[in-house]
Amino acid sequence: MSSLTSNDARFVEPEGARNYITHDYGALSWLLTKDHKRIAILYLISITALFMLGGFFAVVMRIELLTPEGDLLTSDTYNKFFTLHGIVMIFFFLIPSIPAVLGNFLLPLMLGAKDLAFPKINLLSWYLYIIAAVMGLYIIITGGVDTGWTFYTPFSTQYSNTHVFGVTFAAFIVGFSSILTGLNFLVTIHRMRAPGLTWFRLPLFVWAMYATSIVQLLATPVLAITLVMLMFERVVHVGIFDPALGGDPLLFQHMFWFYSHPAVYIMILPAMGVASEVVAAFTRKKIFGYSFVAYSSLAIAFLGFLVWAHHMFVAGISVYSAMIFSFLSYFVAVPSAIKVFNWTATLYRGSVALLTPMLYILGFIGLFTIGGVTGLFLAAIGLDVHVTDTYFVVAHFHYIMVGGAVMAYMAGLHYWWPKITGRMYPEWWARLAALLIFAGFNLTFFPQFILGYLGMPRRYHAYAPEFQVLNVMSTAGASVLAVGYALPLCYLIWSLWYGRPAGPNPWGAVGLEWTTSSPPPMENFHETPVVTWDAYDYPAMLKAMGETQNV
Amino acid sequence: MMLSEFPLWPDQASTIAPSVDALMTFMCIVTGTVSVLIFIVIFYLAIKYRRTPENQLAQDYEPPKALEAVWIIIPFLIFMFMFVWGSWLYFRIQRVPDNALDIYATAKQWMWKFQHPGGQREINTLHVPVGRPIRITMASEDVIHSLYFPAFRVKCDVLPNRYKEMWFQATKTGRFHIFCAEYCGTLHSGMTGWVEVMEPADYQKWLAGGAEGSLASQGEKLFQKYACNTCHTNDATGRGPVLLGLYGTNVMLNNDTTVVADENYIRESILNPQAKIVKGFTGIMPTFQGQVSEDDLLKLVSYVHSLGTQKTAVVPVETPSSFKTSAGSPLNPGAGSSPQNKGKKP
Amino acid sequence: MSVVTNEHPAHEHHPFLQHHFEDLGQQHEASTLGMWMFLTTEILFFGGLLMAYWIYRIMYPDAWSLGAAQQHALYGGINTIVLIISSLTMALAVRNAQLGKRMATVRMLVATLVFGGTFLLVKSIEYTQHWREGLFPGVHFTWNETPALAPKVQLFMTFYWSLTGLHALHMVIGAGLLIWMIWRAWRGHFGPEYYSPVEVMGLYWHFVDIVWIFLFAFLYLIPAAGGHHG
Repeated sequence: MSSLTSNDARFVEPEGARNYITHDYGALSWLLTKDHKRIAILYLISITALFMLGGFFAVVMRIELLTPEGDLLTSDTYNKFFTLHGIVMIFFFLIPSIPAVLGNFLLPLMLGAKDLAFPKINLLSWYLYIIAAVMGLYIIITGGVDTGWTFYTPFSTQYSNTHVFGVTFAAFIVGFSSILTGLNFLVTIHRMRAPGLTWFRLPLFVWAMYATSIVQLLATPVLAITLVMLMFERVVHVGIFDPALGGDPLLFQHMFWFYSHPAVYIMILPAMGVASEVVAAFTRKKIFGYSFVAYSSLAIAFLGFLVWAHHMFVAGISVYSAMIFSFLSYFVAVPSAIKVFNWTATLYRGSVALLTPMLYILGFIGLFTIGGVTGLFLAAIGLDVHVTDTYFVVAHFHYIMVGGAVMAYMAGLHYWWPKITGRMYPEWWARLAALLIFAGFNLTFFPQFILGYLGMPRRYHAYAPEFQVLNVMSTAGASVLAVGYALPLCYLIWSLWYGRPAGPNPWGAVGLEWTTSSPPPMENFHETPVVTWDAYDYPAMLKAMGETQNV
Repeated sequence: MMLSEFPLWPDQASTIAPSVDALMTFMCIVTGTVSVLIFIVIFYLAIKYRRTPENQLAQDYEPPKALEAVWIIIPFLIFMFMFVWGSWLYFRIQRVPDNALDIYATAKQWMWKFQHPGGQREINTLHVPVGRPIRITMASEDVIHSLYFPAFRVKCDVLPNRYKEMWFQATKTGRFHIFCAEYCGTLHSGMTGWVEVMEPADYQKWLAGGAEGSLASQGEKLFQKYACNTCHTNDATGRGPVLLGLYGTNVMLNNDTTVVADENYIRESILNPQAKIVKGFTGIMPTFQGQVSEDDLLKLVSYVHSLGTQKTAVVPVETPSSFKTSAGSPLNPGAGSSPQNKGKKP
Repeated sequence: MSVVTNEHPAHEHHPFLQHHFEDLGQQHEASTLGMWMFLTTEILFFGGLLMAYWIYRIMYPDAWSLGAAQQHALYGGINTIVLIISSLTMALAVRNAQLGKRMATVRMLVATLVFGGTFLLVKSIEYTQHWREGLFPGVHFTWNETPALAPKVQLFMTFYWSLTGLHALHMVIGAGLLIWMIWRAWRGHFGPEYYSPVEVMGLYWHFVDIVWIFLFAFLYLIPAAGGHHG
């Protein structure tokens, strides 16, 4: 392990040097910081809190579903819980998770830059996020909302008696947080690269963030204006989505999914970026088919805009448009398949270290594969008629969102934890948590595929008794999953004080972020780096190190 | 005992169900094989090339680039096969057979109301005969619902202010679930019911149970109650177009486009007569928006439908090659019904 | 790995060079690119609303004609001309800033602000009239001409108010930015080396003008009903 860990003079911190954590003290030095690394930490704390809130809703729902009767919660409370679970997890956890925490922290480091292009806007993004989150919390405390995170009209505009306006306004604001982050990243990637760092020398994480940012920039404003129309309709009731007054409720669905399908890629593309980094680092190999993996991110971002109506195959679109959207949905599966095959091929003749981040990523590849192939079921329109709006869909998107995005987020958090904090996490505890999460996840969500095919509709507070056995399995899995998520929370906090000091490059990985000290200094690099090697070029790195550290 | 309460495969009770299950089986086998292969390869490679003191650095080896082409082209071909199969099945699900028995459904928070052509009404239960295609024409009184028969493998969203239609043909008698599949508010999970599939003879017996006159005849009474008959006379002397023989034909409008006189067109013409005015007439008909309930609308539509099967008295203009609009919005050119069914001649 | 030391520290002490940029050129490119990307987002933001507008326009061509007939094309026309002239003065302000002509920059920015203010004034006159005529959607909406079309005309007016309202909001924000730019130009912040704030402001201003030209065509200039709408 340590053979590649450099003791090169450049990597050693000058005596008494301060890093970004010790640079200033006091709450204000954090709350008014413009440093991307500190903002990443602010995001890390806030999204962890929101993840726990969203997880709480999930756990209570799973307990409710232990029995077919709706006996623990009233149906109104249950409806509010699944709505809030969706809104919190999607808008306040998954969308900001990898971009706003890991992306914020790493993008300038990977590019050899001192900061993002617009540090003040970066801080503004976080404040927008916090304002929206506080609004959301206020609404949860004062009664919640029961429309489902999809806000379908005319239920949300005319029939729901809950805080639809407030929640959509919060989603509107958090949308701008997301747009500004994407904008910041795009400009940073275009304009802030270190000398010599050409496009095809970029780490694949940067490519993934680039594709993600494009989607954030182009899709989110459509959600924003759709929510504006929804709020206007709810307050003034002019019939934008009310058929009795000439509006069309399906227009809302088209506009909502025009954002919300690409939003799935906002959540999964960064995860793919993390997967590429981790696979490269823990095989010590260049990712096989680098340019295919890079371009497939852009292809996913582009094709992701053309498939929104595959959420509406039974909602009332014509047979022919259903066919077209089905066809395009199969198209978007190709670049995802390319990535899976390339990651797998990278293992061949590599030096595979099965450390925690790699365990998470191997789990990610497996779960993402299952999530991806079940997407093929849903794209087959004749089959979709039966399984849409059932637990099959619930299982499918949890495989992508939790099995994909959250697993990769956990992988990235462990992989870069030494860089962020300067401390190692306890390896054996971390492996245990990774295995628990993998097992618990499958036990929770695999039975839901079967439930869906049996016909159990989603968003059901009470269900037919023959579905009980599978639901009990799912709830049992959820409790394992909860323990799995609680463990990292404990040992990562523990490691802040008791973890082994990490050194600049504990994994022997390449990439500019590993050439600065851990935690990095305020200005990231003591001297501006010049890049002369391709991404993941282990031989070149060895050469640059003077071949003194050879195996 | 346990197993009977723990099904792994749903009841297969319609003509479509075996086809859907066949596609499902095919998909499971193909994707399952590929997924398992990927898992095995990952396991094998991760163990074989695990990091050891001797294997600290990856070997300097690049697999042939041709592999990229292999795993782009082969999956794409498999995907296209799935696409064609899925689309073929979808067309089957959408194409309503001509001899279908009509049933009308209204959805409201949180119940299903069904009406049979003979006028029988039921709530959250639907009696149908086995072996006969059933066409359900439906609308919602409030939010969006979705009528779902898992055992028949069909589901269709039910929208306010618009008719949508679905069909199935049950293949075995028994009692099967009806679910609402689109979240519709507080008691969404209580908006369930049962479909009772009966032998045709039993169905006839059940029908004889209680009826207040057929739907169409109830519609005829409403037709008189709302004084529709003062303008829509059976000869060309009335102030409104003749409705005899109208259903299913192409109607020429005053802006020189034609529209098929289907359920949605008739419904729109009652609620919002100004939307599409027949050529040669003026828009003098008052709107019935908010005055006719969904149930009554279905009766009126059913009555006009029944007039369509009678002798054609007037000539609705036929323009075979002209541009056809439909009663749906531009978002939904098909308005949920099948294109094959649209053009059928009276 | 090798490192470079910065061999050209000449720009390093420019007062407006932010610490995380290498030089003013990089800073300028970043801010203009940032604004272009922001405008892309804006296009999608207005675009969503315009798409809904078009769908309903195709569904209800008659109501749309009637709604447009309620607009005063004269006011709209005056505003269009005012905004086009303001774009010219904005462009001249950028040019003068690049040439380092301090007072000319200030004068052109003030002119732009005056034209922007004129636009908002005319718009508020129009809004007041519409409000008095009961053309604001909602409970006070009154439409007696063709009762059957009332909900659809109301729908048109909804799009009218939301599109022009969003646009006016952008104008107000633009005016605020202009005041800030005038202050900075007055203080002599801009010159041949550093003028990106004025240029970025210009990009925003031109965008808002272009949006208006579309809105003018879509909301004021719809041919009268009776045509052959598909």
